Amino acid sequence: MNLFKYSAPSTFYPLAGKLARGFAIVSVLLLVVGLYMSFFVAPTDYKQGEGYRIMFIHVPAAWMSMFIYLVMAGWAAAGMIWNTRLSSMMASSLAPTGAIFTFIALWTGALWGKPMWGAWWVWDARLTSELILLFLYIGYMALESAIDDPRRASRACGLLALVGVINVPIIYYSVQWWNTLHQGASIKMSESGGVEASMTEIMLWTMLIMTFACWFYTIAVALTRVRSIILERESNSVWVKQMLQQQGEK
Amino acid sequence: MAEWFAMGGHGFYVWGSYAVSALFMVVETILVVRQKRTLLQRLGRMMRMNSEVD
Repeated sequence: MNLFKYSAPSTFYPLAGKLARGFAIVSVLLLVVGLYMSFFVAPTDYKQGEGYRIMFIHVPAAWMSMFIYLVMAGWAAAGMIWNTRLSSMMASSLAPTGAIFTFIALWTGALWGKPMWGAWWVWDARLTSELILLFLYIGYMALESAIDDPRRASRACGLLALVGVINVPIIYYSVQWWNTLHQGASIKMSESGGVEASMTEIMLWTMLIMTFACWFYTIAVALTRVRSIILERESNSVWVKQMLQQQGEK
Repeated sequence: MAEWFAMGGHGFYVWGSYAVSALFMVVETILVVRQKRTLLQRLGRMMRMNSEVD
């Protein structure tokens, strides 16, 4: 099988449809299991009571917000280096979902902060850099819609995405670099090389399942969105016309 | 059950978090699916209009 065949929008379009359906189904299944574990299986936290259950959506959303940005910047870089159309389209299709997860991370963080810290918001390093991430996503989408020529738009957006990458390690290490109100990482590598988690095993599993659910959700949504972007940009090509013709005959 | 909903006094914060997250994810899903459907319809209409002109 020639994988590069799928880097052409015409062959990727139907494949993306099939993949999106599969990822959507798995995502829903994982969400059902993850939510059940979040509310019925995971025990009450000895320090934070029941309010800590916000973590099961907050931490996956925060991880996704950073991870999606890295993937988006990676696609943008690929698009700029090899000038491949599909890469820039993939980057564009990830931006809205990244923005949504960033907002969810901030929102759930505020709702967690109020009962635990006594404040909805504080200007500390972790929260501020995450807010900047939201602005980067919004800036990316605004820039894209402001430039009419898709090629120029994707080059400008790619540059913005790449410059913004510097913010991701700042978010991630902010709790170590600065004295912040935000608690340290939920999961980190210990110095002996193992994985160290500041919670019970069942909490860790719940968080991981929720993260995979969010990850599969992101893939399903981004693939569906990229199909629309492909259709729009390739609307004058022969394969789109043929496909529309076949649909019209049905 | 009521006790479970109360979440040890943190019900508002816990449900507020999950409700808004679910709302965003559901709305985004509906929007991307609808975006593709309306785009296909629009392109199909445009193609039929062009073929009638030919």
